[in-house]
Amino acid sequence: MIRPILEVDALERRFDVSAPWLNRVLERKPRRTLRAVDGVDFDIPPGQTLALVGESGCGKSTIAKLVTGLHPPSGGAIRFNGDPRKMQMIFQDPYASLNPRWRVGRIVAEPLRTLHPETPEAQVTARVEELLCTVGLSGADAAKYPHEFSGGQRQRISIARALAGEPEFLVCDEPTSALDVSVQAQVLNLMKRLQREMGLTYLFISHDLSVVRHMADVIAVMYLGRIVEIQPTRDLFANPLHPYTRMLLDTIPDLENPRRDRAPMGGEVPSPVSPPPGCSFHPRCPLAFDRCKAERPERNPRIHDRRVACFAATGNTLEAAHV
Amino acid sequence: MTDTVLDVRALRVEFPTRRGVLTAVDEISLTIGKGEILGVVGESGAGKSMTGMAILGLLEPPGRIAAGEIRLSGDRIDNLTEQQMQTIRGRRIGAIFQDPLTSLNPLFKVGDQLVETIRLHSSLTRAQARARALDLMREVGIPAVEERIDNYPHQFSGGMRQRIVIALALCAEPELIIADEPTTALDVSIQAQITALLKRLCRDRGTAVMLVTHDMGVIAETADRVAVMYAGRLAELGTVEDVVRRPQHPYTAGLMGSIPSLRHDESELQMIPGSMPRLGAIPAGCAFNPRCTQAGPKCRRDIPRTDGAGAACWLALTGETV
Ligand SMILES: Nc1ncnc2c1ncn2[C@@H]1O[C@H](COP(=O)(O)OP(=O)(O)OP(=O)(O)O)[C@@H](O)[C@H]1O
Ligand SMILES: Nc1ncnc2c1ncn2[C@@H]1O[C@H](COP(=O)(O)OP(=O)(O)O)[C@@H](O)[C@H]1O
Ligand code: SF4
Ligand code: SF4
Ligand SMILES: [Mg+2]
Ligand SMILES: [Mg+2]
Repeated sequence: MIRPILEVDALERRFDVSAPWLNRVLERKPRRTLRAVDGVDFDIPPGQTLALVGESGCGKSTIAKLVTGLHPPSGGAIRFNGDPRKMQMIFQDPYASLNPRWRVGRIVAEPLRTLHPETPEAQVTARVEELLCTVGLSGADAAKYPHEFSGGQRQRISIARALAGEPEFLVCDEPTSALDVSVQAQVLNLMKRLQREMGLTYLFISHDLSVVRHMADVIAVMYLGRIVEIQPTRDLFANPLHPYTRMLLDTIPDLENPRRDRAPMGGEVPSPVSPPPGCSFHPRCPLAFDRCKAERPERNPRIHDRRVACFAATGNTLEAAHV
Repeated sequence: MTDTVLDVRALRVEFPTRRGVLTAVDEISLTIGKGEILGVVGESGAGKSMTGMAILGLLEPPGRIAAGEIRLSGDRIDNLTEQQMQTIRGRRIGAIFQDPLTSLNPLFKVGDQLVETIRLHSSLTRAQARARALDLMREVGIPAVEERIDNYPHQFSGGMRQRIVIALALCAEPELIIADEPTTALDVSIQAQITALLKRLCRDRGTAVMLVTHDMGVIAETADRVAVMYAGRLAELGTVEDVVRRPQHPYTAGLMGSIPSLRHDESELQMIPGSMPRLGAIPAGCAFNPRCTQAGPKCRRDIPRTDGAGAACWLALTGETV
């Protein structure tokens, strides 16, 4: 077995979302805890892409922040079997993540200067030019400011900056969600090319299943802070096992096979402060039975790339089908 | 055609600036019939919202309608005073925007906002208006309406708020609804609920809907016809099947190819090189010509136009680009 570059075990992150102390005392409100990430396991082998997909608030960005060390975990473990300085992050918003007062050259050079402070200036300039060319911009762009670029070009600048840190591992949180589809295609193609050429590993976050299908080797579907299903991409689309995954796939509009009578999924994602007991998907699940309301389907932490947390989609089906 | 609700002819929206006049909408012509959903797609900055705002009479100065005509069920509405336009908005045209909070007042209960709007457009009593508000809330799929009617907007989820905004837009039974990215801020499962709701309302009430979105999947499953905009101009207009499956305009074809598939493996996505020009720098002739692999001398000289159907492309119009 190749050793994974990232190993995430029973990861948890809770946030205290209680009312301020005085209100709690006066109005007798209890402390409230939000479980943003509630027991998550996955591995990523080097050179591969694992995607986290799910609806707003299911915990995707929180995992990104835990993995990159922007938040400390409340429980569980993250092991990065690489040089921690070689982990970089690309954010959703290419506008907010670039310092508007810095020229592009300085923005891209920053991780390089942090990594190798002794690099001579001429060499930094040459490297920045090379990186800008790698992402499809030109050396002359180093002298410009971020506002002089379009959204897609700014996301290229973010990628060039991430590459300047000589990363092995990139955490990409919705890197194309703010971009138009034609620009998205340019950025996704670039990310795939760089992965091929440099052997990069990606933790790729998106709410868009078609993007995830295109980018990922393995897909983890999240619901209310947990992974409900994880499978290699092709298998997930061919044979989705969790009722939530099936509903998602049934709900998203399909350009190639439009179904104008598509029945929408009922209900909404419940509040993560007071998730339903048992399987948290049970209020929306067409297959729910008594056990689902009382008991939570447990994850099997030993199997890392093919798992479903559901009593109806039994382990047997899974094992018979794949393992 | 007697069933035409919205008829836009050669609409031009301009922004006079220090550096010259910018044309945000450049001779757009389109119609929407009773009970029809027209999808409007294009990249950000293509002029989709400005077209909608011009129809609603909500262009922010110095933006102005510089040419063209807008008719609502036969009546000119592009030359009305702001006061006249105020009665048209709400009563005859409803609006739904991306962020439901821009349409709701956070300080008032949603029920009161609905009742106010209903009474503004009818002679119902307060009690009758409240009964009607409850009906509307039920119609847009709010559960437990008797309890929810006295909630404030912040007590609703994003999807529920957007349902309330739709209920508000429906208060006066408008002929036309302009929905600008109504589901962009919502989750996929909620997005599907809202588009299903719009479709049902359009069918049951015969309302004409202009659905502005950048999501081709939503268009494919919701709209009857589609208008594709590029750099302020109409690139292509046609039935949803034609535009999605048999795009005639090289830009539309490129756009379709750049969307990752849910069914096929693609090692590379099709790319359109470059980016949409900024308003001050639109090239002569066809606005798409610097990015088009089929551009010829005619494309760099003369602007191709489509009048309400087909592709605004010399190749599609005349079979040649010389
Ligand atoms: N600093 C914080 N304090 C309190 N709650 C938080 C904090 N950060 C995140 N949360 C909550 O944790 C949950 C997961 O949030 P997260 O940002 O990870 O979601 P996400 O899956 O990235 O969603 P989106 O698709 O909207 O980006 C949400 O309910 C969110 O409100
Ligand atoms: N106040 C303004 N002054 C100058 N240009 C404007 C103004 N408002 C909008 N525009 C321009 O009009 C064009 C069309 O905008 P819009 O209709 O909002 O595009 P979209 O298709 O994304 O909805 C854009 O290029 C935008 O920059
Ligand atoms: S455990 Fe029960 S409620 Fe949860 S997804 Fe499976 S069948 Fe549905
Ligand atoms: S008119 Fe010419 S440049 Fe424009 S899309 Fe058609 S072929 Fe291409
Ligand atoms: Mg997020
Ligand atoms: Mg817009």
